[in-house]
Amino acid sequence: MGKELRLMKGNEAFAEAVIRAGADGYFGYPITPQSEVMEYLMAEKPHERTGMVVLQAESEVASINMLYGGAACGKKVLTSSSSPGISLMQEGISYLAGSELPCLIMDAMRGGPGLGTIQPGQADYFQLTKGGGHGDYNLIVIAPSSVQEMYDYVEISFDLAFKYRNPVVVLTDGAIGQMMEKVYIGDQKPRLTEEEIREKYPWATLGKTPDRERNIITSLDLDPYRQERHNLHLQKKFKEIEENEVRYEELNCEDADFIIVAYGTSARISQKAMDIGREKGLKIGIFRPITLWPFPKKEIRALSEKVKGILTVEMSAGQMVEDVRLHASEKIPVEHYGRMGGVIPTPNEIVEVIENLFVKG
Amino acid sequence: MTEEIIIAGFGGQGVLSMGKILAYSGIMQDQEVSWMPSYGPEMRGGTANVTVILSDDRISSPILTHFDTAIILNQQSMDKFEKSVKPGGLLIYDPNGITRHPERKDINIYKVEASKEAAAMGFRKIFNMIVLGGYLKVKPLVKMENVIKGLKKSLPERYHHLIPDNEKAITRGMEIVEAVHTV
Repeated sequence: MGKELRLMKGNEAFAEAVIRAGADGYFGYPITPQSEVMEYLMAEKPHERTGMVVLQAESEVASINMLYGGAACGKKVLTSSSSPGISLMQEGISYLAGSELPCLIMDAMRGGPGLGTIQPGQADYFQLTKGGGHGDYNLIVIAPSSVQEMYDYVEISFDLAFKYRNPVVVLTDGAIGQMMEKVYIGDQKPRLTEEEIREKYPWATLGKTPDRERNIITSLDLDPYRQERHNLHLQKKFKEIEENEVRYEELNCEDADFIIVAYGTSARISQKAMDIGREKGLKIGIFRPITLWPFPKKEIRALSEKVKGILTVEMSAGQMVEDVRLHASEKIPVEHYGRMGGVIPTPNEIVEVIENLFVKG
Repeated sequence: MTEEIIIAGFGGQGVLSMGKILAYSGIMQDQEVSWMPSYGPEMRGGTANVTVILSDDRISSPILTHFDTAIILNQQSMDKFEKSVKPGGLLIYDPNGITRHPERKDINIYKVEASKEAAAMGFRKIFNMIVLGGYLKVKPLVKMENVIKGLKKSLPERYHHLIPDNEKAITRGMEIVEAVHTV
């Protein structure tokens, strides 16, 4: 944990972390509720601090393709947007995954569908964990639930992106982007030099040298057998990620009768519901997936075998609940409670739902 | 100790910055803090509000429906938030522009004539600091020295020469806050 303490918005903490992680380029197009990311970066002038490029593209489609270009050169690049903007980027995201290019994409979800509202939502779960773009691919999806995590997961996400050569999504929402909390800031990491990139990432297209063949980065291969081999290679990589990169947090799960499964803002609200419930004698625990993909399947299975019921709380009509149902024991009820369109569930509502579903029912 | 506060008024009254100074003051005395603004259409003109939490423990939900304290600075906010004060909690308001005064009997109600006082002091911008002073008199959760440190942290350096005026305003708020109804 860093030594310098600041009070920052989630969006600002994310932006500062990006500079400190030694990122090479940010390409984005403003959209509420995450416009502070580019605003902060522009004000900080990272080209003076580290040489990092910050560029407002002409559209989301342009920004995601700028990421493709930068990532192909082995550069640490990122974009951020909100739900409708992420929809526009889906073609480029599929190409990045197909071409095995590392990059960071932040989505501050708002209520939808369509333009929806600028208030918080969590209805992009399907879009980001199940595809969104075409083809067989997965994104590593990380859901912070505090401003400190908005800071901390930037560096972790870049590391994962380069380790697996795959796009990583930081999936957050308007509430975490806009709220301020204490943040411990870490040290500045240097940006990699071209020589370092050539050494660490021999696949990068930084120009052919006499000692090796030309590097070609593409998602196109018209030979079906070679294309299938590429797909099998991708699947093997995704399997490895599923085995090694699951992250989650458990709160009071040891003695719990009922488990709330929630991520991001919903997990924070659910913690308050847990406190209220426990005061009333309801033994509630929280299971918070930090990686939404890979999803903590085994952990959900194990928990479901010792509790009386599971409730997912999401700001959606019920998306993550499908994954929980898929992996939980069939002997217990798995229910969903959600609010939509920018409405945020309240702790008291959640307690009431648990009482009605599992206690009175 | 956990104190859950809503500050609500018009955009431009310094609602968000009052919350920020309070949050910074909490940090200065090693507390956990959260600051959750309304960022919706209301921010683009009209009412503004912010939820601030100061706590000795990890903060769960930054979004709340009931509060230990409501600091209310216009009629719309009175209509919206008087009912969300927890029983036994605190409501502080500036009566300027208030047409329907708070009516609850199960909470502590104080008034601070901050608009009037700011005009009298000839410096309208410190209005929010007078209100903050009133609040800190009734609930001395953060020490004055930490508020000053918080001010230093939250104000850009080019405004640091205004800190003595802010301090004066906080002190004035402490002097003029008046109990309306206590339980």
